[in-house]
Amino acid sequence: MFDLYRPGTSFLHRAPAGGKVLALFVLGTLAFIVDDIRLIFAGLALTLLLYPVCGLTLKNAWAQIRPTLWILIAIFIAQAIFNTWQLGVFVIARFGLLLLLAGLLTLTTRASDMIDGIERGLPFLRPLGVNPAKVSLALSLALRFIPVLAQITREVREAQRVRGLENSVIALAIPLFVRTLRMSDDIADAIEARGYRP
Amino acid sequence: MTLNTRDIVMIALFAALTAALGLFPPITLPIAGGVPITAQSMGCMLAGALAGAKRGGLALALFALLVAIGLPLMAGGRGGFGLFLTPSGGFIIGFAAAAFVIGWLFARHSGEVPLVTSIIYIAIGGIGVVYLFGIPWWAYTANQSIAVVAGKCTVFLPGDAIKVVLAALIARGVRRAYPGL
Repeated sequence: MFDLYRPGTSFLHRAPAGGKVLALFVLGTLAFIVDDIRLIFAGLALTLLLYPVCGLTLKNAWAQIRPTLWILIAIFIAQAIFNTWQLGVFVIARFGLLLLLAGLLTLTTRASDMIDGIERGLPFLRPLGVNPAKVSLALSLALRFIPVLAQITREVREAQRVRGLENSVIALAIPLFVRTLRMSDDIADAIEARGYRP
Repeated sequence: MTLNTRDIVMIALFAALTAALGLFPPITLPIAGGVPITAQSMGCMLAGALAGAKRGGLALALFALLVAIGLPLMAGGRGGFGLFLTPSGGFIIGFAAAAFVIGWLFARHSGEVPLVTSIIYIAIGGIGVVYLFGIPWWAYTANQSIAVVAGKCTVFLPGDAIKVVLAALIARGVRRAYPGL
């Protein structure tokens, strides 16, 4: 399974996925309500402390921030110019805290556990007209399709390279879509042929 | 809302296609002044134009869910719930709304939608609706005014325009080659 999970045995690794998602939601909301920078910094320090506690390195923590570094810098500069630099520090500290918290969830939870957690939570959505069986079928199909599509994309690109069409987006996309749509019709037929009635 | 098996497979397919579009190497067009274009943001345009409002919208909602649970599906291998708290978050949500709007607009025609009309429809969803969600969330998370953020977004517009035209051409080609959609 290709996900961002880092194996480990810490309490966060063992905690149920649903609980962790709920905790992230609550903490994330709190971070947006709190307007005391000391609390944000305390949260940042605690979250950073949790990385080594969970057997993760500070490099893992840095990897959560790095992709958005330029955005953080741009936000800080804009705040420093249009408001005050103190507000700039506050906004990017809160940002960093949220990214690190969400990173903890992602790094300590297998995507498959997260999906199991979602499937367990789905029956609660039944009164809203959500059919849990359909949602979990769609989830597992999508995950299975991603590597298949990557493979078909490679095949089509190779075929079009032979024709000298490797730079034409349209020549790549149309056969890709037609092949995958045909495949999805076959899969739907196969699922129904096996008596699947969600 | 009833979904048959084929609808579910199509929803999963377009969610996966949006993810797979992130694997296309960025394409550098001379017309875009060397700015690379990733194919991924075309996912919502094509889902709306090909799968329709209901299936397209749900496909992109499923894609957002897959990103949220930590799969590195966004272009450049980004993923995780944290992404929704960054300026990108509004765009990911906007994708689903855009696919729905595009599908709804296409459903107003019975036969083949003329190319210019489909370009307009895809632009309304793929540019209008996406930024309608993207800009306010960006402004909120970055504590900047909507006008400042909207100004920054103009950089993306030439690339978006190319993607809209490409999506319209691809959608027309696919609909002609696979009429049973």
